[in-house]
Amino acid sequence: MKTLERSLFFAGWLFAATGAGLALASTAATVTQVDKAFTEKEISVGQGATVHFVNNDSVKHNILIKKLDFNSGLQGPGDSVAVTFDKPGKFKVRCGIHPKMKMKVVVN
Amino acid sequence: MLAIRDGFIGLVAAAGLGIFVAFQPSPTAAAEQVAARTADSAEISALKALFARPDSIPFPQDNPYSEAKARLGEMLFFDPRLSGSNLLSCGSCHNPSLGWEDGQPTATGQGMQVLARHTPTILNLAWGEVFFWDGRADSLEEQALGPIEAPGEMSQSLESLIPELEAIPGYRTAFERAFPGQGITNETIGAAIATYERTIVSNLTPFDRWVRGDETAISASAQNGFLLFNGKANCTACHSGWNMTDDSFHDIGLASEDPGREEVLGIAELRHAFKTPGLRNIAQRAPYMHDGSIASLREVIDHYADGFIERPTLSEDIKPFEVTDRERDDLVAFLLSLTSADDPVTLPILPN
Ligand code: HEC
Ligand code: HEC
Ligand SMILES: [Cu+2]
Repeated sequence: MKTLERSLFFAGWLFAATGAGLALASTAATVTQVDKAFTEKEISVGQGATVHFVNNDSVKHNILIKKLDFNSGLQGPGDSVAVTFDKPGKFKVRCGIHPKMKMKVVVN
Repeated sequence: MLAIRDGFIGLVAAAGLGIFVAFQPSPTAAAEQVAARTADSAEISALKALFARPDSIPFPQDNPYSEAKARLGEMLFFDPRLSGSNLLSCGSCHNPSLGWEDGQPTATGQGMQVLARHTPTILNLAWGEVFFWDGRADSLEEQALGPIEAPGEMSQSLESLIPELEAIPGYRTAFERAFPGQGITNETIGAAIATYERTIVSNLTPFDRWVRGDETAISASAQNGFLLFNGKANCTACHSGWNMTDDSFHDIGLASEDPGREEVLGIAELRHAFKTPGLRNIAQRAPYMHDGSIASLREVIDHYADGFIERPTLSEDIKPFEVTDRERDDLVAFLLSLTSADDPVTLPILPN
Protein backbone atom coordinates (compact mmCIF):
# COMPACT_ATOMS: atom_id res chain seq x y z
CA MET A 1 0.00 0.00 0.00
CA LYS A 2 2.71 2.39 1.06
CA THR A 3 4.95 1.60 -1.91
CA LEU A 4 2.03 2.07 -4.27
CA GLU A 5 1.39 5.51 -2.88
CA ARG A 6 5.03 6.36 -3.25
CA SER A 7 5.27 5.33 -6.91
CA LEU A 8 2.13 7.30 -7.66
CA PHE A 9 3.78 10.27 -6.04
CA PHE A 10 6.88 9.99 -8.16
CA ALA A 11 4.75 9.69 -11.28
CA GLY A 12 2.93 12.86 -10.31
CA TRP A 13 6.16 14.64 -9.61
CA LEU A 14 7.58 13.64 -12.99
CA PHE A 15 4.53 15.05 -14.76
CA ALA A 16 4.81 18.29 -12.88
CA ALA A 17 8.55 18.50 -13.41
CA THR A 18 8.30 18.05 -17.13
CA GLY A 19 5.43 20.50 -17.22
CA ALA A 20 3.55 17.86 -19.20
CA GLY A 21 0.50 17.33 -17.13
CA LEU A 22 -0.41 20.06 -14.70
CA ALA A 23 -3.94 18.75 -14.47
CA LEU A 24 -2.64 15.24 -13.86
CA ALA A 25 -0.18 16.36 -11.24
CA SER A 26 -2.62 16.04 -8.38
CA THR A 27 -1.78 12.62 -7.02
CA ALA A 28 -0.76 11.21 -3.70
CA ALA A 29 2.48 11.15 -1.76
CA THR A 30 3.64 9.40 1.37
CA VAL A 31 6.00 10.75 3.99
CA THR A 32 7.12 8.46 6.80
CA GLN A 33 8.02 9.36 10.37
CA VAL A 34 10.91 7.29 11.80
CA ASP A 35 13.33 7.97 14.66
CA LYS A 36 11.67 11.31 15.42
CA ALA A 37 12.26 12.58 11.87
CA PHE A 38 10.38 12.84 8.60
CA THR A 39 11.93 10.75 5.84
CA GLU A 40 11.79 13.68 3.38
CA LYS A 41 12.93 17.24 4.03
CA GLU A 42 10.88 18.66 1.19
CA ILE A 43 8.47 17.24 -1.38
CA SER A 44 6.69 18.80 -4.34
CA VAL A 45 3.18 17.78 -5.24
CA GLY A 46 0.51 19.01 -7.61
CA GLN A 47 -2.40 21.11 -6.46
CA GLY A 48 -5.09 18.91 -4.92
CA ALA A 49 -2.65 16.15 -3.97
CA THR A 50 -3.17 14.17 -0.81
CA VAL A 51 -0.12 13.56 1.31
CA HIS A 52 -0.13 10.61 3.71
CA PHE A 53 2.00 11.00 6.82
CA VAL A 54 2.69 7.53 8.22
CA ASN A 55 3.98 7.09 11.76
CA ASN A 56 6.45 4.19 11.53
CA ASP A 57 7.99 5.18 14.85
CA SER A 58 7.63 3.77 18.33
CA VAL A 59 6.48 7.09 19.80
CA LYS A 60 3.40 9.27 19.32
CA HIS A 61 3.63 12.18 16.92
CA ASN A 62 1.42 14.93 15.52
CA ILE A 63 1.02 16.78 12.22
CA LEU A 64 0.73 20.54 12.50
CA ILE A 65 0.41 22.79 9.44
CA LYS A 66 -0.20 26.30 10.73
CA LYS A 67 -0.81 27.81 7.29
CA LEU A 68 -3.70 25.40 6.75
CA ASP A 69 -4.87 25.58 10.36
CA PHE A 70 -4.40 21.82 10.33
CA ASN A 71 -3.75 19.86 13.52
CA SER A 72 -3.99 16.07 13.40
CA GLY A 73 -4.29 15.60 17.14
CA LEU A 74 -2.32 12.70 18.57
CA GLN A 75 -0.91 10.31 15.97
CA GLY A 76 0.01 6.96 17.50
CA PRO A 77 2.55 4.50 16.09
CA GLY A 78 1.08 2.96 12.93
CA ASP A 79 -1.42 5.78 12.37
CA SER A 80 -1.56 7.50 9.00
CA VAL A 81 -2.73 11.11 8.60
CA ALA A 82 -3.98 12.28 5.20
CA VAL A 83 -3.80 15.95 4.24
CA THR A 84 -5.09 17.34 0.95
CA PHE A 85 -3.30 20.41 -0.38
CA ASP A 86 -5.86 22.43 -2.35
CA LYS A 87 -3.88 25.63 -2.72
CA PRO A 88 -0.49 26.25 -4.29
CA GLY A 89 2.33 27.46 -2.06
CA LYS A 90 4.90 26.29 0.47
CA PHE A 91 3.64 24.60 3.60
CA LYS A 92 5.73 23.97 6.70
CA VAL A 93 4.82 20.71 8.40
CA ARG A 94 5.88 20.11 11.98
CA CYS A 95 5.29 17.64 14.75
CA GLY A 96 3.72 19.66 17.55
CA ILE A 97 5.27 17.35 20.15
CA HIS A 98 8.80 17.17 18.68
CA PRO A 99 9.11 20.44 16.72
CA LYS A 100 12.57 19.47 15.42
CA MET A 101 10.64 17.11 13.17
CA LYS A 102 9.79 19.38 10.27
CA MET A 103 9.56 19.32 6.50
CA LYS A 104 8.11 21.33 3.66
CA VAL A 105 5.41 20.49 1.14
CA VAL A 106 5.63 22.56 -2.02
CA VAL A 107 2.35 22.58 -3.90
CA ASN A 108 2.67 23.55 -7.57
CA MET B 1 26.90 33.16 9.54
CA LEU B 2 28.55 34.65 12.57
CA ALA B 3 31.46 32.89 14.21
CA ILE B 4 31.15 32.22 17.92
CA ARG B 5 33.93 33.67 20.02
CA ASP B 6 35.69 31.37 22.44
CA GLY B 7 36.81 34.18 24.73
CA PHE B 8 37.75 34.14 28.38
CA ILE B 9 39.03 30.60 28.49
CA GLY B 10 41.46 31.38 31.30
CA LEU B 11 38.69 32.92 33.35
CA VAL B 12 36.42 29.94 32.76
CA ALA B 13 39.08 27.61 34.11
CA ALA B 14 39.59 29.71 37.23
CA ALA B 15 35.88 30.01 37.94
CA GLY B 16 35.42 26.31 37.25
CA LEU B 17 38.08 25.28 39.75
CA GLY B 18 36.53 27.39 42.46
CA ILE B 19 33.18 25.75 41.94
CA PHE B 20 34.51 22.21 41.86
CA VAL B 21 36.47 22.55 45.05
CA ALA B 22 33.29 23.64 46.78
CA PHE B 23 31.12 20.85 45.40
CA GLN B 24 33.38 17.84 45.44
CA PRO B 25 33.04 16.08 48.75
CA SER B 26 35.27 13.08 48.05
CA PRO B 27 37.43 13.51 44.99
CA THR B 28 39.39 10.29 45.41
CA ALA B 29 36.32 8.09 45.56
CA ALA B 30 34.89 9.76 42.47
CA ALA B 31 38.21 9.35 40.69
CA GLU B 32 38.19 5.62 41.38
CA GLN B 33 34.69 5.38 39.94
CA VAL B 34 35.70 7.20 36.81
CA ALA B 35 38.79 5.00 36.51
CA ALA B 36 36.50 1.99 36.59
CA ARG B 37 34.32 3.43 33.87
CA THR B 38 37.11 4.85 31.68
CA ALA B 39 37.92 1.27 30.75
CA ASP B 40 35.79 1.96 27.71
CA SER B 41 37.19 5.27 26.58
CA ALA B 42 35.88 4.74 23.06
CA GLU B 43 32.38 4.82 24.51
CA ILE B 44 33.16 8.09 26.26
CA SER B 45 34.61 9.66 23.11
CA ALA B 46 31.45 8.69 21.25
CA LEU B 47 29.32 10.31 23.96
CA LYS B 48 31.47 13.45 23.95
CA ALA B 49 31.00 13.81 20.20
CA LEU B 50 27.25 14.16 20.75
CA PHE B 51 27.89 17.40 22.67
CA ALA B 52 30.35 19.14 20.34
CA ARG B 53 29.67 22.87 20.03
CA PRO B 54 28.64 24.29 16.66
CA ASP B 55 31.08 26.85 15.27
CA SER B 56 28.62 29.31 13.79
CA ILE B 57 25.21 30.72 14.59
CA PRO B 58 22.36 29.79 12.24
CA PHE B 59 20.25 32.71 10.96
CA PRO B 60 17.07 32.14 8.94
CA GLN B 61 17.09 32.88 5.22
CA ASP B 62 14.28 35.40 5.57
CA ASN B 63 16.07 37.34 8.32
CA PRO B 64 19.82 37.09 7.71
CA TYR B 65 22.35 38.61 10.11
CA SER B 66 23.51 42.18 9.76
CA GLU B 67 25.45 44.21 12.29
CA ALA B 68 22.96 47.08 11.93
CA LYS B 69 20.01 44.81 12.76
CA ALA B 70 21.76 43.26 15.76
CA ARG B 71 22.71 46.68 17.20
CA LEU B 72 19.17 47.98 16.70
CA GLY B 73 17.75 44.82 18.28
CA GLU B 74 20.05 45.28 21.25
CA MET B 75 18.80 48.84 21.80
CA LEU B 76 15.18 47.71 21.59
CA PHE B 77 15.86 44.80 23.97
CA PHE B 78 17.20 47.12 26.66
CA ASP B 79 14.82 50.05 26.06
CA PRO B 80 12.12 50.48 28.75
CA ARG B 81 10.23 52.78 26.38
CA LEU B 82 8.96 49.59 24.74
CA SER B 83 6.65 49.14 27.75
CA GLY B 84 3.46 51.03 28.50
CA SER B 85 4.91 52.35 31.77
CA ASN B 86 8.29 53.12 30.15
CA LEU B 87 9.80 51.23 33.09
CA LEU B 88 10.21 47.63 31.92
CA SER B 89 12.51 46.45 29.15
CA CYS B 90 13.00 42.91 27.88
CA GLY B 91 16.26 43.03 29.83
CA SER B 92 14.43 43.74 33.12
CA CYS B 93 13.20 40.15 33.13
CA HIS B 94 15.86 38.63 30.84
CA ASN B 95 18.80 39.96 32.87
CA PRO B 96 22.28 39.06 31.51
CA SER B 97 23.64 38.88 35.07
CA LEU B 98 21.14 36.17 35.99
CA GLY B 99 21.66 33.86 33.01
CA TRP B 100 19.26 36.09 31.02
CA GLU B 101 16.51 35.27 33.54
CA ASP B 102 15.30 37.18 36.60
CA GLY B 103 16.10 34.92 39.54
CA GLN B 104 12.48 34.82 40.67
CA PRO B 105 10.16 31.79 40.81
CA THR B 106 7.78 33.48 38.35
CA ALA B 107 8.15 36.77 36.54
CA THR B 108 6.97 40.16 37.77
CA GLY B 109 5.36 42.30 35.07
CA GLN B 110 3.77 45.71 34.72
CA GLY B 111 2.73 47.20 38.07
CA MET B 112 4.50 44.46 40.08
CA GLN B 113 1.97 41.93 38.79
CA VAL B 114 3.22 38.39 39.47
CA LEU B 115 2.95 36.28 36.32
CA ALA B 116 2.15 32.59 36.07
CA ARG B 117 5.44 31.32 34.63
CA HIS B 118 9.16 31.48 35.28
CA THR B 119 11.26 33.68 32.98
CA PRO B 120 13.27 31.41 30.66
CA THR B 121 16.76 32.24 29.39
CA ILE B 122 17.53 33.95 26.07
CA LEU B 123 20.81 32.02 25.71
CA ASN B 124 21.29 29.86 22.61
CA LEU B 125 17.81 30.42 21.18
CA ALA B 126 19.23 30.68 17.65
CA TRP B 127 19.04 26.88 17.69
CA GLY B 128 15.47 26.84 19.08
CA GLU B 129 12.46 25.54 17.18
CA VAL B 130 9.37 26.96 18.91
CA PHE B 131 9.23 29.44 21.76
CA PHE B 132 7.65 29.98 25.18
CA TRP B 133 7.33 27.17 27.73
CA ASP B 134 4.32 25.88 25.79
CA GLY B 135 5.83 26.48 22.33
CA ARG B 136 3.06 28.80 21.17
CA ALA B 137 5.37 31.03 19.03
CA ASP B 138 6.89 29.62 15.85
CA SER B 139 9.86 31.97 15.55
CA LEU B 140 11.83 34.51 17.54
CA GLU B 141 10.51 37.18 15.18
CA GLU B 142 6.93 36.31 16.16
CA GLN B 143 7.84 35.79 19.83
CA ALA B 144 9.40 39.24 20.29
CA LEU B 145 6.13 41.07 19.69
CA GLY B 146 4.26 38.99 22.30
CA PRO B 147 5.64 40.44 25.55
CA ILE B 148 5.41 44.04 24.31
CA GLU B 149 1.64 43.78 23.95
CA ALA B 150 0.93 41.26 26.74
CA PRO B 151 -1.18 43.09 29.32
CA GLY B 152 0.68 41.64 32.32
CA GLU B 153 4.12 42.05 30.81
CA MET B 154 4.96 45.30 29.01
CA SER B 155 1.38 46.42 28.26
CA GLN B 156 2.18 48.55 25.22
CA SER B 157 0.13 48.18 22.04
CA LEU B 158 2.29 48.08 18.91
CA GLU B 159 -0.07 50.67 17.47
CA SER B 160 1.05 53.16 20.09
CA LEU B 161 4.67 51.96 20.21
CA ILE B 162 5.37 52.62 16.53
CA PRO B 163 4.63 56.39 16.62
CA GLU B 164 6.55 56.58 19.90
CA LEU B 165 9.64 55.11 18.20
CA GLU B 166 9.11 57.18 15.04
CA ALA B 167 9.29 60.31 17.17
CA ILE B 168 12.85 59.42 18.24
CA PRO B 169 15.27 60.54 15.49
CA GLY B 170 17.97 58.09 16.64
CA TYR B 171 15.59 55.18 16.07
CA ARG B 172 14.51 56.53 12.67
CA THR B 173 18.13 56.40 11.47
CA ALA B 174 18.86 53.05 13.16
CA PHE B 175 15.82 51.45 11.48
CA GLU B 176 16.75 53.04 8.14
CA ARG B 177 20.27 51.62 8.41
CA ALA B 178 19.03 48.13 9.37
CA PHE B 179 15.99 47.98 7.07
CA PRO B 180 16.46 50.50 4.24
CA GLY B 181 13.12 51.84 3.03
CA GLN B 182 11.04 49.56 5.26
CA GLY B 183 10.35 51.92 8.14
CA ILE B 184 9.34 51.07 11.69
CA THR B 185 6.81 48.25 11.59
CA ASN B 186 5.86 45.16 13.61
CA GLU B 187 7.98 43.13 11.21
CA THR B 188 11.12 45.25 11.46
CA ILE B 189 10.87 45.48 15.26
CA GLY B 190 10.51 41.68 15.49
CA ALA B 191 13.31 41.03 12.98
CA ALA B 192 15.76 43.33 14.80
CA ILE B 193 15.09 41.90 18.26
CA ALA B 194 15.28 38.32 16.92
CA THR B 195 18.63 39.04 15.24
CA TYR B 196 20.07 40.40 18.47
CA GLU B 197 18.72 37.45 20.44
CA ARG B 198 20.41 34.98 18.08
CA THR B 199 23.78 36.54 18.90
CA ILE B 200 23.31 35.72 22.61
CA VAL B 201 25.31 32.50 22.83
CA SER B 202 27.00 31.02 25.88
CA ASN B 203 30.77 30.82 25.64
CA LEU B 204 33.14 27.90 25.99
CA THR B 205 32.72 26.06 29.30
CA PRO B 206 35.05 23.71 31.23
CA PHE B 207 32.83 20.90 29.91
CA ASP B 208 33.49 22.00 26.30
CA ARG B 209 37.23 21.99 26.90
CA TRP B 210 36.94 18.47 28.29
CA VAL B 211 34.94 17.41 25.23
CA ARG B 212 37.74 18.88 23.10
CA GLY B 213 40.32 16.71 24.84
CA ASP B 214 41.57 18.58 27.93
CA GLU B 215 41.23 15.73 30.44
CA THR B 216 41.73 17.98 33.45
CA ALA B 217 39.20 20.66 32.44
CA ILE B 218 36.53 19.17 34.70
CA SER B 219 36.78 17.21 37.94
CA ALA B 220 36.53 13.45 38.21
CA SER B 221 33.21 13.96 39.95
CA ALA B 222 31.84 15.99 37.02
CA GLN B 223 33.13 13.35 34.58
CA ASN B 224 31.24 10.70 36.46
CA GLY B 225 28.21 12.99 36.49
CA PHE B 226 28.43 13.16 32.69
CA LEU B 227 28.33 9.36 32.50
CA LEU B 228 25.32 9.24 34.83
CA PHE B 229 23.62 11.98 32.80
CA ASN B 230 23.99 9.79 29.71
CA GLY B 231 23.47 6.55 31.62
CA LYS B 232 21.08 5.45 34.32
CA ALA B 233 19.79 8.96 35.09
CA ASN B 234 18.50 9.01 31.47
CA CYS B 235 18.71 12.81 31.23
CA THR B 236 19.78 12.67 27.56
CA ALA B 237 16.44 11.12 26.63
CA CYS B 238 15.40 14.80 26.55
CA HIS B 239 18.47 16.98 27.28
CA SER B 240 20.37 15.99 24.13
CA GLY B 241 22.83 17.76 21.83
CA TRP B 242 25.33 20.53 22.53
CA ASN B 243 22.67 22.79 24.14
CA MET B 244 21.13 19.83 25.96
CA THR B 245 17.58 20.07 24.71
CA ASP B 246 15.42 18.11 22.28
CA ASP B 247 13.11 21.14 21.94
CA SER B 248 10.23 18.79 22.63
CA PHE B 249 7.40 18.74 25.16
CA HIS B 250 7.23 16.47 28.19
CA ASP B 251 5.42 16.15 31.50
CA ILE B 252 8.14 15.59 34.09
CA GLY B 253 5.71 15.31 37.02
CA LEU B 254 5.76 18.76 38.64
CA ALA B 255 2.85 19.70 40.90
CA SER B 256 1.70 22.80 38.95
CA GLU B 257 -1.81 23.01 37.49
CA ASP B 258 -0.58 24.72 34.32
CA PRO B 259 -1.93 22.86 31.25
CA GLY B 260 1.20 23.67 29.21
CA ARG B 261 1.31 22.34 25.65
CA GLU B 262 -2.22 20.87 25.98
CA GLU B 263 -3.69 24.34 25.74
CA VAL B 264 -1.83 25.11 22.49
CA LEU B 265 -2.48 21.83 20.67
CA GLY B 266 -5.77 20.75 22.24
CA ILE B 267 -4.32 17.29 22.92
CA ALA B 268 -5.26 16.05 26.39
CA GLU B 269 -2.23 13.72 26.56
CA LEU B 270 0.00 16.82 26.47
CA ARG B 271 -1.35 18.19 29.74
CA HIS B 272 1.53 19.43 31.94
CA ALA B 273 3.96 19.05 29.02
CA PHE B 274 6.50 21.87 28.70
CA LYS B 275 9.44 22.56 26.45
CA THR B 276 12.74 21.01 27.53
CA PRO B 277 15.05 23.92 28.43
CA GLY B 278 18.70 23.90 27.38
CA LEU B 279 21.06 23.39 30.32
CA ARG B 280 23.96 25.72 29.54
CA ASN B 281 24.78 28.18 32.33
CA ILE B 282 22.11 26.41 34.37
CA ALA B 283 23.91 27.23 37.65
CA GLN B 284 23.11 30.92 37.08
CA ARG B 285 19.46 30.29 36.27
CA ALA B 286 17.83 29.28 39.59
CA PRO B 287 15.08 28.77 40.54
CA TYR B 288 14.12 26.07 38.06
CA MET B 289 11.18 24.84 35.97
CA HIS B 290 8.25 26.66 34.30
CA ASP B 291 6.77 27.38 37.71
CA GLY B 292 10.07 28.13 39.46
CA SER B 293 9.17 25.44 41.98
CA ILE B 294 12.64 23.89 42.40
CA ALA B 295 15.22 26.03 44.19
CA SER B 296 18.52 24.23 43.57
CA LEU B 297 20.21 21.81 41.20
CA ARG B 298 20.52 19.24 43.97
CA GLU B 299 16.74 19.32 44.38
CA VAL B 300 16.33 18.97 40.60
CA ILE B 301 18.25 15.67 40.81
CA ASP B 302 16.11 14.57 43.77
CA HIS B 303 13.00 15.35 41.72
CA TYR B 304 14.08 13.13 38.82
CA ALA B 305 15.34 10.31 41.04
CA ASP B 306 12.08 9.80 42.90
CA GLY B 307 10.33 13.10 43.61
CA PHE B 308 7.95 13.36 40.63
CA ILE B 309 4.19 12.87 40.50
CA GLU B 310 3.04 9.72 38.71
CA ARG B 311 0.07 10.40 36.44
CA PRO B 312 -1.14 9.23 33.03
CA THR B 313 0.50 12.13 31.18
CA LEU B 314 3.95 11.58 32.78
CA SER B 315 6.64 11.02 30.14
CA GLU B 316 7.69 7.41 29.64
CA ASP B 317 11.28 8.59 29.99
CA ILE B 318 10.71 9.66 33.60
CA LYS B 319 11.28 6.63 35.81
CA PRO B 320 12.68 6.40 39.32
CA PHE B 321 16.37 5.47 39.47
CA GLU B 322 18.67 4.37 42.28
CA VAL B 323 21.27 7.03 42.93
CA THR B 324 23.64 7.42 45.87
CA ASP B 325 24.35 10.71 47.59
CA ARG B 326 27.74 10.83 45.93
CA GLU B 327 26.22 10.25 42.50
CA ARG B 328 23.80 13.09 43.12
CA ASP B 329 26.81 15.30 43.86
CA ASP B 330 28.46 14.05 40.65
CA LEU B 331 25.42 14.99 38.57
CA VAL B 332 25.41 18.45 40.14
CA ALA B 333 29.17 18.81 39.52
CA PHE B 334 28.53 17.99 35.86
CA LEU B 335 25.74 20.60 35.61
CA LEU B 336 28.08 23.18 37.19
CA SER B 337 30.71 22.45 34.51
CA LEU B 338 28.25 23.86 31.95
CA THR B 339 28.81 27.42 33.18
CA SER B 340 30.75 29.76 30.90
CA ALA B 341 32.29 33.10 31.73
CA ASP B 342 30.45 35.04 29.07
CA ASP B 343 31.62 38.29 27.57
CA PRO B 344 30.49 41.24 29.70
CA VAL B 345 27.32 42.83 28.34
CA THR B 346 27.52 46.60 28.05
CA LEU B 347 24.17 48.30 27.97
CA PRO B 348 23.67 50.29 24.78
CA ILE B 349 23.25 54.06 24.95
CA LEU B 350 19.66 54.44 23.84
CA PRO B 351 18.75 56.87 21.06
CA ASN B 352 16.94 60.12 21.75
C1 HEC C 1 7.71 40.79 32.82
C2 HEC C 1 8.88 39.99 32.51
C3 HEC C 1 9.21 39.81 31.04
C4 HEC C 1 9.46 40.80 30.11
C5 HEC C 1 9.40 42.30 30.30
C6 HEC C 1 9.81 40.10 28.90
N1 HEC C 1 9.78 38.75 29.09
FE1 HEC C 1 10.31 37.34 27.76
N2 HEC C 1 9.51 35.94 28.94
C7 HEC C 1 9.02 36.15 30.21
C8 HEC C 1 8.32 34.96 30.66
C9 HEC C 1 7.61 34.77 32.00
C10 HEC C 1 8.38 34.04 29.60
C11 HEC C 1 7.72 32.66 29.55
C12 HEC C 1 6.26 32.88 29.18
C13 HEC C 1 5.56 31.62 28.72
O1 HEC C 1 6.23 30.66 28.38
O2 HEC C 1 4.33 31.62 28.67
C14 HEC C 1 9.17 34.68 28.55
C15 HEC C 1 9.54 34.06 27.36
C16 HEC C 1 10.38 34.63 26.43
C17 HEC C 1 11.02 33.93 25.32
C18 HEC C 1 10.88 32.45 25.00
C19 HEC C 1 12.11 31.69 25.43
C20 HEC C 1 12.00 30.22 25.12
O3 HEC C 1 12.90 29.46 25.49
O4 HEC C 1 11.02 29.80 24.49
C21 HEC C 1 11.74 34.87 24.62
C22 HEC C 1 12.56 34.63 23.38
C23 HEC C 1 11.52 36.14 25.28
N3 HEC C 1 10.73 35.95 26.38
C24 HEC C 1 12.00 37.36 24.81
C25 HEC C 1 11.55 38.57 25.31
C26 HEC C 1 11.69 39.85 24.62
C27 HEC C 1 12.33 40.03 23.26
C28 HEC C 1 11.13 40.79 25.42
C29 HEC C 1 10.97 42.27 25.14
C30 HEC C 1 10.24 42.61 23.95
C31 HEC C 1 10.67 40.10 26.62
N4 HEC C 1 10.92 38.76 26.50
C32 HEC C 1 10.12 40.74 27.71
C33 HEC C 1 9.17 37.30 30.96
C34 HEC C 1 9.39 38.54 30.38
C1 HEC D 1 11.28 13.28 29.75
C2 HEC D 1 12.23 14.32 29.38
C3 HEC D 1 13.24 14.77 30.41
C4 HEC D 1 14.15 14.01 31.11
C5 HEC D 1 14.36 12.51 31.05
C6 HEC D 1 14.89 14.94 31.93
N1 HEC D 1 14.43 16.21 31.74
FE1 HEC D 1 15.11 17.87 32.67
N2 HEC D 1 13.57 18.93 31.88
C7 HEC D 1 12.65 18.45 30.96
C8 HEC D 1 11.57 19.40 30.83
C9 HEC D 1 10.36 19.24 29.91
C10 HEC D 1 11.86 20.47 31.69
C11 HEC D 1 10.96 21.67 31.98
C12 HEC D 1 9.83 21.14 32.84
C13 HEC D 1 8.84 22.15 33.33
O1 HEC D 1 9.21 23.27 33.68
O2 HEC D 1 7.65 21.78 33.40
C14 HEC D 1 13.14 20.15 32.31
C15 HEC D 1 13.81 20.98 33.22
C16 HEC D 1 15.07 20.70 33.73
C17 HEC D 1 15.87 21.64 34.48
C18 HEC D 1 15.47 23.08 34.80
C19 HEC D 1 15.75 23.98 33.62
C20 HEC D 1 15.24 25.38 33.80
O3 HEC D 1 15.54 26.23 32.94
O4 HEC D 1 14.52 25.66 34.75
C21 HEC D 1 17.04 21.01 34.80
C22 HEC D 1 18.20 21.59 35.56
C23 HEC D 1 16.95 19.66 34.27
N3 HEC D 1 15.74 19.51 33.63
C24 HEC D 1 17.91 18.69 34.41
C25 HEC D 1 17.70 17.34 34.13
C26 HEC D 1 18.53 16.27 34.58
C27 HEC D 1 19.80 16.44 35.38
C28 HEC D 1 17.95 15.11 34.16
C29 HEC D 1 18.38 13.68 34.44
C30 HEC D 1 18.41 13.33 35.85
C31 HEC D 1 16.76 15.47 33.41
N4 HEC D 1 16.64 16.84 33.43
C32 HEC D 1 15.91 14.56 32.80
C33 HEC D 1 12.70 17.23 30.33
C34 HEC D 1 13.43 16.15 30.81
CU1 LIG E 1 6.82 13.86 16.99
